[in-house]
Amino acid sequence: MAEITQKKGFLGQLLQRPNDDPKKTIFIAIVLCLVCSVMVSTAAVSLKSRQVVNQKNDIRQNILAVTGQFEPGMDMEAAFEKFEVRLVDLSTGQYAETDLDPATYDQRKAAGSPDLGVRLNDQEDIASIGSRAKYVPIYILREGEEIQQLVIPIHGYGLWSTMYGFLSLGSDFNTIQGLRFYEHAETPGLGGEIENPRWLAKWEGKKIYDENGNVEFRVARGYVDNNSPQAEYKVDGLSGATLTSKGVSNMISFWLGEDGFGPYLKNMRSERGIN
Amino acid sequence: MASQAKNNVIDPIIDNNPITLQVLGICSALAVTTNMTAALIMCIALTSVTAFSGAIISLIRHHIPSSIRIIVQMTVIASLVIIVDQILKAYAYEASKQLSVFVGLIITNCIVLGRAEAYAMKNSPGMSFLDGLGNGLGYSVVLLVVAFFRELFGAGKLFGQTIIPVANEGGWYVPNGLMLLPPSAFFIIGLMIWAIRSWKPQQVEAPDYQIHQVHRTEVL
Repeated sequence: MAEITQKKGFLGQLLQRPNDDPKKTIFIAIVLCLVCSVMVSTAAVSLKSRQVVNQKNDIRQNILAVTGQFEPGMDMEAAFEKFEVRLVDLSTGQYAETDLDPATYDQRKAAGSPDLGVRLNDQEDIASIGSRAKYVPIYILREGEEIQQLVIPIHGYGLWSTMYGFLSLGSDFNTIQGLRFYEHAETPGLGGEIENPRWLAKWEGKKIYDENGNVEFRVARGYVDNNSPQAEYKVDGLSGATLTSKGVSNMISFWLGEDGFGPYLKNMRSERGIN
Repeated sequence: MASQAKNNVIDPIIDNNPITLQVLGICSALAVTTNMTAALIMCIALTSVTAFSGAIISLIRHHIPSSIRIIVQMTVIASLVIIVDQILKAYAYEASKQLSVFVGLIITNCIVLGRAEAYAMKNSPGMSFLDGLGNGLGYSVVLLVVAFFRELFGAGKLFGQTIIPVANEGGWYVPNGLMLLPPSAFFIIGLMIWAIRSWKPQQVEAPDYQIHQVHRTEVL
């Protein structure tokens, strides 16, 4: 009891000192820091679970949208159960043999880490991403046993920012079923038009690989001539966004090429007996 | 007292607007005004930070050592900004993705620190709260006006809803791409300042110097 009153007295004394007293200055600084850090960490910890759910749902919503399964207000948890999530080892083109859980695997973190990331040299790094993850998650949508759609995450540098998206391929592992970007900071109205549903709709049905298995697909400059034999490998460029369009084009070349999903898709095609 | 409180809220909206009169906080006015939704969320975030930081700083103003005054203010402001950012991420995820770093950059917004230093350090918590609220609203008015013009003429939309059908979606309006780039916010703010100062000429500052008229006779 006596100790408490003494303590109060000490605190009161300290607060009564002139504001410029060094002891008081240090005391105020410490107390302020403690109070603020408690406030900030309380907010961060108590809101964490909601934020994680938001992030997960955002990814799920994009995967559902890119495969044409998304309807507003649907139960995403249940709808997402239809997808099988696997990790692919990009260099071998096989499913990865690791203990990592695909559901919690963080591709971006992995790309930066020394043991799960692979640095790319200038020649390989068409999409200007610096390094890629060794294992990348893919989302498989089956009908019965047959793979119906395959969703792969892609990213690459545009004009201002790294653009993150999902690309969905059909059962021949060559035809584009859909494309969605979920994160980028390109100029709204110009490069930002990569989100425009009308533009994205033009991607559906385009082919990636030519007969020899090389990535033939490009984002054209300007409009695509629908009569040309190349039209099925090309999609209209975005006007006023040459560099962003080029970035998207490079991103496709990288992720479907030899250093991306090329080997995996090749395996899948030969499994299916397509070339 | 009541009229003082009213003044604190009303005054900064037009008569003493932090952006158009004091020309503070311009940076975020350029960055987040390409659409109304982002601008609105930013306004709410900034207004709440300004109001609460004013109240908290005013509450402890008698004990803030003058040697670490600015640091103390910044600590309070930064904590509030982080809390607002966390709340946005939890309850308005889409909007927080769009605003990205700009919520965090409220910390460096001159209006917040300006009000803390100029008003909250010398006035009671209640009044400081209202002063922060008023200045936040003044900032919001400008941001929303800028965003209105930029989104309408740059994308033909308001709050993401199509108002003028644009040409590349089958309409008649060819959007003005400049409106979506940061310089257009400067033009709009400049025009707003011009309009407000024509309406209320007492806001016009006295010229810093007068150009000296040279007469032919003097030269010779």
